[in-house]
Amino acid sequence: MAETLPGTGGRGHGLDLAMRGIVKRFPGVLANDHVDFDVRRGEIHTLLGENGAGKSTLMKILYGLYRPDAGEIRIDGEPVQIDSPRRAIELGIGMIHQHFMLVPTLTVAENVALGLASPKGPLLDLAPVARRIEELSEAYGLRVDPGAMVWQLSVGEQQRVEIIKALYRDAELLALDEPTAVLTPQEVEDLFVTLRAMAAEGHSLIFISHKLHEVLDISDRITVLRNGRLVGTVSSADATKAGLARMMVGREVVLEQVRAPVEVGPPRLEIFDVRARGDRGTEAVRGVSLQVRAGEILAIAGVSGNGQRELAEVVAGLREATGGRVLIDGSDVTGADPGQRRALGLAYIPEERMRDGAIGQFTVAENLMLHDFDRPPFARHGFLDFAEIERHCRRLVADFDVKTPSLDTTMKSLSGGNIQKAILARELSANPKVLVASQPTRGVDIGATEYIHRRLLDQRARGTATLLISEDLDEILALADRIAVMYEGEVMDVVDRADADVGRLGLLMAGVRDSGT
Amino acid sequence: MGEFFTSAVLVSTVASGLRLSTSYLFAAVGETFGQRSGVLNLGVDGIMLLGAFGAYYTVLNGGGLWLGMVVAITVGLVMGLAMAFTSVTLQAEQGISGIGFYLFGLGLSDLLFQKLVGTPLPIRGFPELRIPFLADLPVVGEMLFSHSIVVYAAFLLVPVAAFVLNRTTLGLKIRSVGENPEAADTLGVSVAGVRYLTVMTGSALAGLGGAALATELGIFQQNLTAGQGFIAVALVYFGAWRPVGVMAGSLLYGLVASVVLQLKTLGIIPRSASELAAMLPAVLTILALVVAVQRERQPAALTKPYERGA
Ligand SMILES: Nc1ncnc2c1ncn2[C@@H]1O[C@H](COP(=O)(O)OP(=O)(O)O)[C@@H](O)[C@H]1O
Ligand SMILES: [Mg+2]
Repeated sequence: MAETLPGTGGRGHGLDLAMRGIVKRFPGVLANDHVDFDVRRGEIHTLLGENGAGKSTLMKILYGLYRPDAGEIRIDGEPVQIDSPRRAIELGIGMIHQHFMLVPTLTVAENVALGLASPKGPLLDLAPVARRIEELSEAYGLRVDPGAMVWQLSVGEQQRVEIIKALYRDAELLALDEPTAVLTPQEVEDLFVTLRAMAAEGHSLIFISHKLHEVLDISDRITVLRNGRLVGTVSSADATKAGLARMMVGREVVLEQVRAPVEVGPPRLEIFDVRARGDRGTEAVRGVSLQVRAGEILAIAGVSGNGQRELAEVVAGLREATGGRVLIDGSDVTGADPGQRRALGLAYIPEERMRDGAIGQFTVAENLMLHDFDRPPFARHGFLDFAEIERHCRRLVADFDVKTPSLDTTMKSLSGGNIQKAILARELSANPKVLVASQPTRGVDIGATEYIHRRLLDQRARGTATLLISEDLDEILALADRIAVMYEGEVMDVVDRADADVGRLGLLMAGVRDSGT
Repeated sequence: MGEFFTSAVLVSTVASGLRLSTSYLFAAVGETFGQRSGVLNLGVDGIMLLGAFGAYYTVLNGGGLWLGMVVAITVGLVMGLAMAFTSVTLQAEQGISGIGFYLFGLGLSDLLFQKLVGTPLPIRGFPELRIPFLADLPVVGEMLFSHSIVVYAAFLLVPVAAFVLNRTTLGLKIRSVGENPEAADTLGVSVAGVRYLTVMTGSALAGLGGAALATELGIFQQNLTAGQGFIAVALVYFGAWRPVGVMAGSLLYGLVASVVLQLKTLGIIPRSASELAAMLPAVLTILALVVAVQRERQPAALTKPYERGA
């Protein structure tokens, strides 16, 4: 019963789910506090909420990964006990987890077949699996090669494998936990096409996100959670961005910051014909020249993987330039190490915040002091001045609204938004002349995003030259003075914010120059 | 030196190399199963010793060789159950608990030997089983096809293990659990179940490896294995977690040991240097490990206990 042979059809699509009064406690946290949530056949129902609101917990309860402390789950009106993922699969529930559940060293077909009975008994038989994967790919627009090793796949492809895994098991209800967090705008579009096709067939879908325009775009109904509690369920037709943001955050949120005009100063960051190789040794940045002036935000738009990350790393001194020059405040820093660049006034917010921006095992205070701990007033003659360090950190945590139980909490136990605010606090505390911010709000909730945007604009008003790298066009349009679009390692064009529109930027991102050039 | 290269000496050196690989092969292939599922069992040597004693004692008391093998396997299964309970259910630190199991096996096998046997009396192992026709071939017949059934069994185990790991649904579960147990769990695979199975299978094979050693040598004594179980663990790394690689390592080890032995017997290595020469296989293994480990990635979840939702 638990195992489905490849090639067997579904059992009729869709199911009605009702979760009632779900309670889940973790030590010190009430992650779900009497939550009611239901999904109908053929419906796309979004669970919306800030990081830590309890969305993933509710989904893990649905999938049998956590046992609820109280509450009831009904499927098509029948009460059910879901005590393991195996039971959830039997009941027709599929889940795309926030962190993919794939075995990178196996092929796509092996990942799909895992845990299922084989028509040849104990012997693996992947040929029918591959055939069925191809059928599903075809039917739902999920392009993927059954024979490819999972580690070779892009994030978008890996997500398609996850969806195929669920469809292969005849999932009638599919829950997707923040599926768009890792996707490019184009991939999001493709995913939405697939989700709509599934819903049209009668599948029940749970979609989790905190990007409001996506939520409004894809949902039939929207249920908002805040601090583990149900705020309410609204129909998408009646919802507005501002209204949803208010429900999520519990206060008015300024979605579009005011970008006051700022007098631009002299160039602070100058990049001349820079070239660099990517991690695989191929040329990733091919002769990029840009200038960022004091009081200006220059945004680099582009689909990820077009050399933006490598360019940011070259500027930060973390990647060697194979050609060209980089100047910070007029000084040539092409061969300088990151420390020397910092001394000239560079600050860097890296894309991989847990890998390059913070040390998870260290405390919040230690992370805040990573650059400055060995300089007066924090250290004298090689001895740390703990009182001074604590005073400084307390001020940063308060100023930058970092929500942490204490300064001694380890960094990794904070939410993504708070980690990012802590990194921002460290990087901006020295009032940098040049700021490189890579994907500063990726995976960060609305409240923190609002805050980070405000800080970046404050910094602009104080005369910082900011190079902003983002895949989120909304973010770019909200913050940038000028926009450079990168495609295959080159700058396609630089446009003024005033002349920019999404259509034109989208074309440039796809490598299409305006006619006539 | 010329003496060494006479064909008779060469044949007997290779033949004894195969024989010397046997116990490593059982233990290392067994350990491969456990490690592929993410469990490092460092207690192999202790389990080998208990298996060796179990088989020796059974044969000594007239139980016969086959019953001796069954006893060794049973001892291995019991030890494997305890090992799995410690590493999988109690989630102990595997590097430490394995050492505990080794010391337990070392101590208990010696204690039982002192209490129940005392003076080491020799036993007779499995007779030489000449494979019809093949054994009559010149040179290779003597080298490869004139061994006891244990030696053949050990080498047959290699393709069987490779087949199970790569071609069966169970093998797919084992590989997944060793790489990403969470992914396996979300597909309804019992991570604990798979790990109990592999650890117990591995321990049964370790017991069998010990029995092979005792019956081939025809003797038991304190610390009979002299660290063979630890070498077996290293051979799994050397073999990059593949049965065929593990076999290559075991063969290399057995052959080097056999050559050293032969050179000593022939007096080519002086007595004074024989202790040094005895280290050669170990040194080789370490060198090979340095090369191999840089090349290959170990199972991602190796030594990491799994707990749902943690
Ligand atoms: N396994 C766990 N152990 C302890 N606390 C947890 C665990 N999982 C989640 N939490 C806590 O429960 C709350 C809700 O988390 P989660 O459901 O992941 O939120 P969301 O998915 O909405 O961001 C958070 O405060 C989180 O820290
Ligand atoms: Mg979540």
